[in-house]
Amino acid sequence: MSDKQDKVVICRCEEITLEEIREWIDRGYDSFNELKRVLRVGMGPCQGRGCQDIILREISRRAGVPIDQVDSGTVRPPVKPIKTGLLATGGGD
Amino acid sequence: MEWKNKADVVIIGGGILGTATAYYLAKYGRKDVVVLEKGTVCSGSTGRCGAGIRAQWGTEMNCRLAIAALDIFEQLDDELGLPTGLNQGGYLLVAYSDKEFENLKTGMKLQNSLGIKSRVVSLAEAREICPALDASDAVGFTFHDRDGHADPFLTTFAYLEAAKKKGIAYHRNTEVTGITVRGDKAVGVDTTKGHIDADVVINCAGGYAQIVAKMAGVELPNWGERHEIMITEPVEPGVCPPMLMSFSGNYYIQQRPHGSIICGMSPEGHPQDYKNRTSWQFITEMSKILNKLMPATKGIRVVRHWSGLYDMTPDGSPIIGETQEVQNFYHSTGYSGHGFMLGPVAGKILAQHLVGQKPDIDFSMLDYKRFERGELLIEPNIT
Repeated sequence: MSDKQDKVVICRCEEITLEEIREWIDRGYDSFNELKRVLRVGMGPCQGRGCQDIILREISRRAGVPIDQVDSGTVRPPVKPIKTGLLATGGGD
Repeated sequence: MEWKNKADVVIIGGGILGTATAYYLAKYGRKDVVVLEKGTVCSGSTGRCGAGIRAQWGTEMNCRLAIAALDIFEQLDDELGLPTGLNQGGYLLVAYSDKEFENLKTGMKLQNSLGIKSRVVSLAEAREICPALDASDAVGFTFHDRDGHADPFLTTFAYLEAAKKKGIAYHRNTEVTGITVRGDKAVGVDTTKGHIDADVVINCAGGYAQIVAKMAGVELPNWGERHEIMITEPVEPGVCPPMLMSFSGNYYIQQRPHGSIICGMSPEGHPQDYKNRTSWQFITEMSKILNKLMPATKGIRVVRHWSGLYDMTPDGSPIIGETQEVQNFYHSTGYSGHGFMLGPVAGKILAQHLVGQKPDIDFSMLDYKRFERGELLIEPNIT
């Protein structure tokens, strides 16, 4: 891979580059959940929709594990960002 | 990392307590240490916590621990060689009745006597500290400017990476399944990866501390209590720079330097099914509280919502020390929702004890037999 590719921003919410992701995978943080905690990838408003597949592919390549065996990480609610003002109108049982 | 069948010290739990204890043990010369984590580093309570750090406590012990922890946090980036994300925006405590305000002021007198410079602030000043604050129904406030928060992920990674450099071993995805007791001594642990003989075993299992203790036949009064928390999208800074917290109001809210606002509250009852579940009731109730306190937050979106376990004790104070019935089996548990902030000092003092040094803070009164003796250290400043 060229240096130019390494500078590509993979997580646009948190502005994390391919280089940073590769660096942390090589340090042994080779699961999506670990990379999320160390780099905040997937923690922004898109919730990983933009970066998750690319990161899983990188983990698969660098760890030499088939992609279907790479843990895709935890999905947390809400599915889409919701305004607190709207949430606050909820209630009852 | 290569599996060793023998270690001087085995630490159960790869959260802040486990990694900090490992780091200080290695720093003080006991380097044959293995940290076992059933998931990945800080995947338990530490990585799920609200990340606040405060010295505004109501017992002398918690005040002493907390101010010592702040002293450590303030130079921790340099010590560990990695950033911890420390951000000291203060804690602004909010009272909603005269009685609650008196309690805060009683705590403040204790804090002041121990060198913690907390003080009463007016509503006008509270709004200067926290620009989005309404709180027109509040009776009074106290503030301590050295309080704040750090990044629990970065702090735990920093401790672990620094400990690894000093020679400790770390195994993730390795669950402890048993503790071997011979006579009246702990002599090893069984795990999903194999057995390790150990001279010392330390329980740093956070919300699962009671379960781990039982493996050695020790009954701790702890329970893992589920608490929920949410975070918003990043917005312009200056909404809520301090940690805004109320015990009766049942909330803690803070904007991270990154711009997102993190909010949590205590659950009704004591959910202790050890499941990190979430409920829609939480984000509804939390949003109501947030909007009432800071009306300007109505248009801010929640992006994520999760839960974690508070490792509770009956008096809200931690359990640190050796088990009487099972020697060489230590606990550093029961932090009751403030394990992250106390982790650095707790790791340090237990390590000092284990290398034969006099701990910076005498923690003998935090033994778990205090519950049998009825010598509780009831912490009033928790929700």
